[in-house]
Amino acid sequence: MLNVALPKGRLGEKVLAMFEKAGWECPEIHEPGRKLIFENAENQVRYFWVKPSDVAIYVERGAADIGVCGKDILLEYAPDVYELLDLKTGICRMAVAAPKGFTDPKDRALRVATKFGSITSRHYASTGREIDMIHLNGSIELAPILKLSDVIVDIVETGTTLRENDLEVIENIVPISARLIANKASYKFKSGVIDAIRRSIEEQITEA
Amino acid sequence: MYIDDSIISKEEKIIFTLRALYSAAGYTGYRMNKFEAYDLYMRNKDFLVSDGVITFTDTNGRLMALKPDVTLSIVKNSRYESGHTERLYYDEKVYRPARPGDPFREITQMGLENLGDIGNGDITGVLSLALQSLKALTESFVLDVSCMDLLSLVLDEMNAAGDTRIALLNAVKEKAVHEIRSICEKNGIEKCDLLLSLLKCEGRAKDVLEGEALKALCEKCEAALPVVENLKSILVPLENENINLDFSVQSDMRYYNGIVFSGFMEGIPSAVLRGGQYDRLVKRVGKKGGAIGFALYLDLLE
Repeated sequence: MLNVALPKGRLGEKVLAMFEKAGWECPEIHEPGRKLIFENAENQVRYFWVKPSDVAIYVERGAADIGVCGKDILLEYAPDVYELLDLKTGICRMAVAAPKGFTDPKDRALRVATKFGSITSRHYASTGREIDMIHLNGSIELAPILKLSDVIVDIVETGTTLRENDLEVIENIVPISARLIANKASYKFKSGVIDAIRRSIEEQITEA
Repeated sequence: MYIDDSIISKEEKIIFTLRALYSAAGYTGYRMNKFEAYDLYMRNKDFLVSDGVITFTDTNGRLMALKPDVTLSIVKNSRYESGHTERLYYDEKVYRPARPGDPFREITQMGLENLGDIGNGDITGVLSLALQSLKALTESFVLDVSCMDLLSLVLDEMNAAGDTRIALLNAVKEKAVHEIRSICEKNGIEKCDLLLSLLKCEGRAKDVLEGEALKALCEKCEAALPVVENLKSILVPLENENINLDFSVQSDMRYYNGIVFSGFMEGIPSAVLRGGQYDRLVKRVGKKGGAIGFALYLDLLE
């Protein structure tokens, strides 16, 4: 049985369609209800929806053999997993954003609000800029508006939220997209089925 | 005196089994102090699984550490004799986070070390004991073997240095072919195919060593041929179905060279055994000769 952790939400639905097109269908998952785990005994696959930021933990700890999560999560938490494929979906970028017309106050530490502490630390360490990091769990855009921070480091998809709050991207850090990941031990013992899924999804991406 | 088997814990049974295995192979038990001067770990902190070390000030004012690792202490206390190989095994408690960011834990670690004038026969012998150790624990296991010299040679051939080399090594570790392509493109590295060819050399060792993928690599990179021949001379005598070649297995190149390996058991989510040649660590500690060994992390078997 292959255990697959999928991220809840739009991205997960899109990725499930890719898995099903690849031949690992699971009719049960489309039935309405509150079930958390969906299984197709015939083709030996079991899916479960988890919070997107938790997918990597499920896979690293072996509760799931494979899963799909954003590159942002892999960069932030550095789980010990294989990153087998760029699914070229869920495309966005990690960026530094600030109020329009912002100039860097170079005579003091830059106050940066983010929920991506590791990515932010590494980025500013590489530029040598001293920062005062403010960890937030949501509504990051609010921080510079209320003068809690000078800038934010966050995921930017279309930039609409930034524009509506008079913020703009001042620096791109890294492009982000969804990745197919695998538990290292699972890959040793289930490489046949995992590679078959990877190849089939890769073909779908190439055709698209 | 008869001891009822039921009062022996699973961990104790494993320890007794492996002690018998290593003793029979000519290894001597090595018992060490629980404490070590902190500066040994400070100077070699990247060798450790985690930065975290529990420290305390001894009665003489010296900063000491509860051992987070065994190998460093063995290397520090070893004595080189030309033409001689010291063979030691241990089962010890170490104190460290299981992985970076986790809280401190007491971890039972069992392993062995070969120090001195190490030849291919010694390396084959250590790999054989790693296989026998895994077999003693389970029927379903895999020993992934890689060669740091071959990986290093391919990266040299690609002129990958500095941050680009580190980024490529990380991508290799994650089998992230798309990242390797992207890094090469971004940094103008033309021989990207060379690294991708190396990653294709994956699977059962005896098949890969005679397979087309490895031949193709040696045709593209002639310097790889003697390294591959050396690898064959180490692995072929083992004649074992459970050995895989996998060049994504790697250890810190500042300490490790040559053969590195990881052991996996079905049903356990991470490597239960890790080892390799660490001649560079021996040199860094100011000693002569080479070294190879491995550790089994018994806490993962609980």
